[in-house]
Amino acid sequence: MTDPIVSIRGVSKKFPGGVIAVDNVNIDIAQNEFFALLGPSGCGKTTLLRMISGLETPTEGQIIIGGQDMALTPPNKRPTNMVFQSYAVFPHMTVEDNVAYGLRVTGVPEDETKRRTADALEMVKLSHLAKRKPDQMSGGQRQRVALARALVKRPKVLLLDEPLSALDAKLRDDMRMELTRLQETVGITFIIVTHDQDEALSMASRIAVIDKGAVQQIATPSELYEQPATRFVADFIGKVNLLDAKVLSKSGNSISCDAKGLGKLSFDTDKACGDNVAIAVRPEKLKISKTEPKTAGLIKVMGSVRDVAYYGDTSHVVVSIKGGPDLQVNVQNDSRTGGSGVERGQAIWVSWMPDDSLVLTE
Amino acid sequence: MDNWKDNKSVFWTLAGPGTFWMLVFFILPLGFLFVMSFSDKAVINGEISITEYDYLTGISNYVRSVDPLYLTIIWKSIWVSALATILCLVTAYPIAFGICFASERWKPLLLLLVVLPFWINLLIRTYALIAVFRSQGYVNLALGAVGLGPYDMLYNNFAVIFGLVYVYMPFMVLPLYATIERLDKSFLEASLDLGASQFTTFLKVTVPLTMPGIITGVILVFIPCLGSFLTPDLLGGANAVMIGNVIERQFKAANDWPFGAALSFMLMYATFAALMLRAFFAKRSAGVDV
Repeated sequence: MTDPIVSIRGVSKKFPGGVIAVDNVNIDIAQNEFFALLGPSGCGKTTLLRMISGLETPTEGQIIIGGQDMALTPPNKRPTNMVFQSYAVFPHMTVEDNVAYGLRVTGVPEDETKRRTADALEMVKLSHLAKRKPDQMSGGQRQRVALARALVKRPKVLLLDEPLSALDAKLRDDMRMELTRLQETVGITFIIVTHDQDEALSMASRIAVIDKGAVQQIATPSELYEQPATRFVADFIGKVNLLDAKVLSKSGNSISCDAKGLGKLSFDTDKACGDNVAIAVRPEKLKISKTEPKTAGLIKVMGSVRDVAYYGDTSHVVVSIKGGPDLQVNVQNDSRTGGSGVERGQAIWVSWMPDDSLVLTE
Repeated sequence: MDNWKDNKSVFWTLAGPGTFWMLVFFILPLGFLFVMSFSDKAVINGEISITEYDYLTGISNYVRSVDPLYLTIIWKSIWVSALATILCLVTAYPIAFGICFASERWKPLLLLLVVLPFWINLLIRTYALIAVFRSQGYVNLALGAVGLGPYDMLYNNFAVIFGLVYVYMPFMVLPLYATIERLDKSFLEASLDLGASQFTTFLKVTVPLTMPGIITGVILVFIPCLGSFLTPDLLGGANAVMIGNVIERQFKAANDWPFGAALSFMLMYATFAALMLRAFFAKRSAGVDV
C-alpha cells in the first residue's frame, strides 16, 4: 500500500484491572478509503477508534496519521474528527453555532467561518434549519449536524462511531447511501465503527473484523463473505453452515476428511491444518432436489425437511441430516406458484459443488 | 390501579399530614408575621405596652426599614453574601468536578467528606473556627513560628465571609455534583475533538451546560447567607453586623416584633427577587436541570 493515511502499528490497550480491550492491532488505511471496524459489541472497536482520535491513549504501539506519530498529540491537535454515537451536538447552541464551533475555537476568521459553515450545512441539506436548537430536531437531523460539524474542519480522517445505530430502519438505509455519497464527494478517509455486518458490507471498501480486541481478518466485503479466514469471521458475516470434520489424510494441496453425517469428503486447500477442520458453506450455495442429483463431483447428502421459512424472494429450508448438523438452504422463489416446493417432513437431497465450500482451520 | 390523584381517600392520606404541617407551622405563623409587620405596639395609658399590639395600623414599620441605617446594613449583607457565594462557587466547582471524575470506589467517600460537617452542630463548628482564627489561634501560632503576625483575623468581614463559605460549601458542591455527573461527557470530548483547548471547552461547553446546577447552588448558598445571624454574630461581632443580626435583635433584645417582622419581609422580598432570577435563567438554559 502506498503511503497509508492511518497506520496502526502493534497497538494494544489495557484498562486498569487487567482488561485487554485492544490486543496488538496492525492496520494500514489508505487515503480515501471507506474503512469499517466490524465486530460484536465489547470487542474493542470503539476503543480503537477513540485511540485514533486521541481521546484514549494506547498502552502499547504506534498510531501514525499522515506520516506523523500521534503519541504526543492531544485530540484537539489531531487531523481527525469524530461523529459520536450520541452525536454530542451541543444543546445550548444553534445548528449554525454547532457547526461553526470547531472553526471559531481555532481562530478561523469570521467571514471564512460563515462561508464554510454555510457550505457544510448545504452539503448535509440542513441550510433551512441553521437557526434551530438541537432539541427541536429529529435524531436523523442531529446526526447531520454532527456530520457537518466534523466535516467543516476538513479533517484528514473522519471517524464515525456507530453512526446509524440510533436511527430507525428507513432512515438508516437513506443515511447509509448519504454517507457513501458524502465520502465520494469530500474525498476524505472515513473510518466507521459498527456491529452491523450489513452496514459494513454495503458501505465500506475494506473491513477489519475484530473479536476480543484482536483483528481476525482485513479484507474487502466480497472477500470476507466468500473467503473468510476464520470460523469467527465465517459465522459473523452472513449465515453459514459449519460442518465439523476430522482430517483423515493430507497430500499436497488436498485433504481428505470425515465430516459428521456426510462421510468421507475431499477438498482442495493450501492452508496448513491440524486434525480438526470446519467445512463452511453458505446457504445460497446449497441446492435441494427430490431425486438424487447425477452431476459428477457434487457433494450430496440425503435428509429430511425440518422447517421452511418463507421470506418472499427466498425461502429458508432447514434440512436435518442423520448423524450430522442441520443444514440451512436458501432457495430462490423463482416461480410465482411453486414457492420452495418442499414441505416439512419431506425427504430431500442436499448438494453443492466442493469449490463452493471452504476449509477453515481456526 | 387508579391514579392516586383520582382516589380521594388515598390522596388525602398521603397529602394530608404534609399539608397540615405546612399550614399550621409555616403558612399561619408567616401570615401572623405579615399582619404584625403592618402593626404597632399598643400605647396604653400613655405608655408603650410590652405585650399588646394595635393591629394593621399602617406601613410605618416599612418606612422605618428603608432608613439609610438599615438600608446600609441590608446592602452590606447583600454584598457579603454575594462575595461568600462567589467564593463558594469558585471553590466548589473544582471539588464537584473532581468527585465526578474520581473512580467509583472513591466517589461515595468523597461525597461523604463533603456532607460530613453536617454531622456536627453549627455552633460547635463556628466556635472551632474561632479557635483557629483568634489572636492566639492555630493560624497565628503557625505564622508566629515563621516570624509573622499575629494578625487580627476575627471579628471582621473576612471572618464572616470565611465562616459563611465554610458553612454553606456543601450546598454548592451537591447541586454542582448532580449536574456535572449527569452531563454527557461526550460533549466535552466533542469539543476537544473539534480543536478546542481544555480551557475553551470549560468556558464554552462545561459552564453553559452546568448552568442550572450553578444557579441552584448560588440560590441555595446566597439565600441562607443573606439571612444568617449566628455566623456574623460569633465571628463578626460588632464590626460585621448583618441584617439577620438586626432582625434577631428586634425580636429579642428590642422586643419590637412589628419592626422585626417588617425587616424579615424586606429580606423575603429580596429572596423572591433572587428566585425569580433563577426561574428566568432556568427557562433560557437548555442544559441539564437539577
